[in-house]
Amino acid sequence: MGPGMDASIALVAVAPFVAAALAPLVHRIARPFAGWVLALVPAGLFLLLLTLVEQVVAGGVISARIGWVPAFDLELSFLVDGLSLTFALTISGIGTLIVLYSGAYLRGHPHLGRFFAFLLAFMGAMLGLVLSDNMLALFMFWELTSVTSFLLIGFDHTRQASRRGAIQALVITNIGGMALLIGAILVYQLTGGWDMSAVGDEIRDSAFYGLVLAAFLAAAFTKSAQVPFHFWLPNAMEAPTPVSAFLHSATMVQGGVYLLARTTPWLGGTQAWTLILVCLGGATLLWGAIGALRQTDLKQMLAQTTIASLGLSVLLLGLGTEAAIAAMLLYFVAHALYKAGLFMVAGAVDHEAGTRDITVLGGLADGMPVTFIAAALASLAMIGLPLTLGYFAKEEMYLGLLSWQWPDIGVLAVLLAGNAMLAGIAMLILVKPFLGPVLPTPKPAHEAPIAMLVGPVALGAASIVAAVMPDWLGHTLLEPGTLAILREEVSSHLSLAINPASPILWLSLATWALGYLVYRQAAAMRTLARRFEAALGWTADTVFDSVMFGLIRFSGVVTRLLHHGRLELYLVTVFAALALALIVPLVALGGYNVLLPTAELGNWSAKLSWPELAPYEWGVVALAVVGLTAVLLAPNRLIAIVALGIQGTAVALVFLLFGAPDLAFTQFMVEILSVVILALVMTRLRLDERDHRPLEDLARDGTLALVCGAGVSLLLMVVLSGTLDTRLSDLFTATSVPIAHGHNIVNVILVDYRGFDTLGEISVVMAAGIAITALLRRRAKGTGPTASVPRRRQRAAP
Amino acid sequence: MNTVIFRTIAPLIVAIMLVFSVYVCLRGHNEPGGGFIGGLIAASAIAILGMAVGAQAARRALRLDPLAIAGFGLFIAGLSGLLSLFTGSPFMSSIWLYLDVGETTVPLSTPLVFDIGVYFVVFGTIATIALALEGDGEEEL
Repeated sequence: MGPGMDASIALVAVAPFVAAALAPLVHRIARPFAGWVLALVPAGLFLLLLTLVEQVVAGGVISARIGWVPAFDLELSFLVDGLSLTFALTISGIGTLIVLYSGAYLRGHPHLGRFFAFLLAFMGAMLGLVLSDNMLALFMFWELTSVTSFLLIGFDHTRQASRRGAIQALVITNIGGMALLIGAILVYQLTGGWDMSAVGDEIRDSAFYGLVLAAFLAAAFTKSAQVPFHFWLPNAMEAPTPVSAFLHSATMVQGGVYLLARTTPWLGGTQAWTLILVCLGGATLLWGAIGALRQTDLKQMLAQTTIASLGLSVLLLGLGTEAAIAAMLLYFVAHALYKAGLFMVAGAVDHEAGTRDITVLGGLADGMPVTFIAAALASLAMIGLPLTLGYFAKEEMYLGLLSWQWPDIGVLAVLLAGNAMLAGIAMLILVKPFLGPVLPTPKPAHEAPIAMLVGPVALGAASIVAAVMPDWLGHTLLEPGTLAILREEVSSHLSLAINPASPILWLSLATWALGYLVYRQAAAMRTLARRFEAALGWTADTVFDSVMFGLIRFSGVVTRLLHHGRLELYLVTVFAALALALIVPLVALGGYNVLLPTAELGNWSAKLSWPELAPYEWGVVALAVVGLTAVLLAPNRLIAIVALGIQGTAVALVFLLFGAPDLAFTQFMVEILSVVILALVMTRLRLDERDHRPLEDLARDGTLALVCGAGVSLLLMVVLSGTLDTRLSDLFTATSVPIAHGHNIVNVILVDYRGFDTLGEISVVMAAGIAITALLRRRAKGTGPTASVPRRRQRAAP
Repeated sequence: MNTVIFRTIAPLIVAIMLVFSVYVCLRGHNEPGGGFIGGLIAASAIAILGMAVGAQAARRALRLDPLAIAGFGLFIAGLSGLLSLFTGSPFMSSIWLYLDVGETTVPLSTPLVFDIGVYFVVFGTIATIALALEGDGEEEL
């Protein structure tokens, strides 16, 4: 693994993002060919990844690490093994075809450049996700896929349904993202490292296994739309069809399956793992399949079958046997190929015929022969006929469950039912729109442009090509893949031979027969499924809505409670908090004890005497008392303000007399300016000259003032009664001249020792100035609401 | 309040206060004073000018928008901290430079620049508020 290797793997993760940044520009320059030009990027990555196949098949694991934020142990550590390479090849390969397809599908759309940017960024995030070894990097890419998919689903942002689908997908997958982060941190705490490849048995043995498992499962189940988080996926179909073909077949939603496969070596194999995955996977499989039967919209049917397929994959991972893992890998590739193909076909039908409803479509094969061939290839793979990849996937699924004992039989029955329904739906998708009598469509059906045909045909063909070479398939896909998931060597046994004695053949035949039955009875089953849903009355979707609206209402209540807009209450809150902050510690920590007269003092009241002050000091005290009395007795507010200034001046004089000239200086200026500014506020804001507070308000404010004043005095006395810790002042006195070159310690502290604090303070001063200016300007521009106007009328003013 | 005497004397007071504020700011490192107090004194001077001749005229006399002055102060205060990065020391480490001018030595330093920044921020912000309140709110700030 020389530096060359590092660079090439980093390129895989970085190149799509660079391409995304350039996409709008490319689109502007190469307008009609932008899709073809941009498709070169994923195509190049696909070829680059292909060169790694040989090494991985030979049992090698390619890893590369690039230090990113060394302080947080954050490395972009990449790992290429059988599992990640399978996913990465699928992503880049299908991505190439999708970029091509999008260029034609959204031709002439004003925001096509932006669309390409989102799509490529998503691809980069997805590639990063499957190649990351470091869990923090994994989390970051995981979240990036959520964010980019949000942008893609909400691409048509003027439609409400599309915005809702985007937000729903983001919320649900982000809950999973948070869970993933929690899980990653737990694993880091338990193992001391962020790399997943280094995790061993310690997680399973730890007491926190349940928590770690729950976190990772929550992440995987939300991403991969497992029951009960499945509802976001059908709503995400609001996205343009190329997005659905890419995100909702082979990439984004498979992220959860990938995570489960990746964590199998150190999370899997326990009873809880098997139970949860098999049960929820099975439920999702059946729920999705029944949901698909309910629909008549091609895209919705495909979305529901995707849910079913994801459930199937999760179920297989839960079983965790060699055959099940092999089946999962085969099924992943098979599903990616046929589902992306079918989505593209659905998009082409919608694009050229103007509708996606299978009940009004018919006989399209005449007008769209190439699309029909692509649809046929994909549907046959979905049914699982021999000579397609889907066939092998189905065989492997059944293979591991032939013990004919209780739990296996149950799982087998679920698989059989699910596969049969999926096969029936595949027949519906193929036969209803394309065969039979030609039905009139909103647009006269004609063949789609070539860029939209390359994708589905290539994917359909790939499924066949892979299937006719079972030895090669087993060697390059299954063996490295199972090695990565199970961490043990497994040899492949795929073959094209059909053995009539094997029960698997009969199970396959049963699947097809049941599938045909489903196809024949589709209309009846649709009615039944719809009636069932109506009887249920609510869905996870409506629950999501009520939770979201509840959240909004709750935050509204909290906001109104705290942000009520009544200035005097804000002030009361601030001063009450100050009073509590002063009094509670004093009482709780018993600090006031030092103020109580001690026993040795004896008759303390006899020893009380007037403090000995110089006459001018008495003068200052008198000034303070005069100021205070004047504030209390002031007939109007202006006089009260001035009186407060007198009181402040007395305090400044105290500072001056007791050796704090800097403080005194500042206090004088602050007093003068606050009197001036308060007086200006008074006159300019046309406040009432007099104070009209009712008695209870006066009592409340007076009490608060007394408590705050008493608190501050008490605190000061307690501080003074203890021994002063002079370490800091000693340090400042000793070092102020030698290292800070200043004799005024106060100033040296402000601008040097604690300059950073001062920088923050002047920033606050500046921000406050801007805020005040903005408020005053608003007042100047408004049609006249002043501070004395009651709040309700002020609100109504424009 | 807006008497002839006040209007005549005010510019004189303002001039003295401004000079004094600079003096207080510069001597701050060794004697009582500093950028904060200096800024307050200068802002009071502008407030007095505003009362005497009106906010509009005071603003014209300043030539620069006081809020811009405050912004400039914050900028140079931050910049003075960044200078230390070039010497390889942490943010806001002070740098001193002694210039020999004739017979005396003039000490220049980043804390001095910082203090001048503080002066401008305090001056600009308080002057903005005072002038905004003194004006009847009609003029564009």
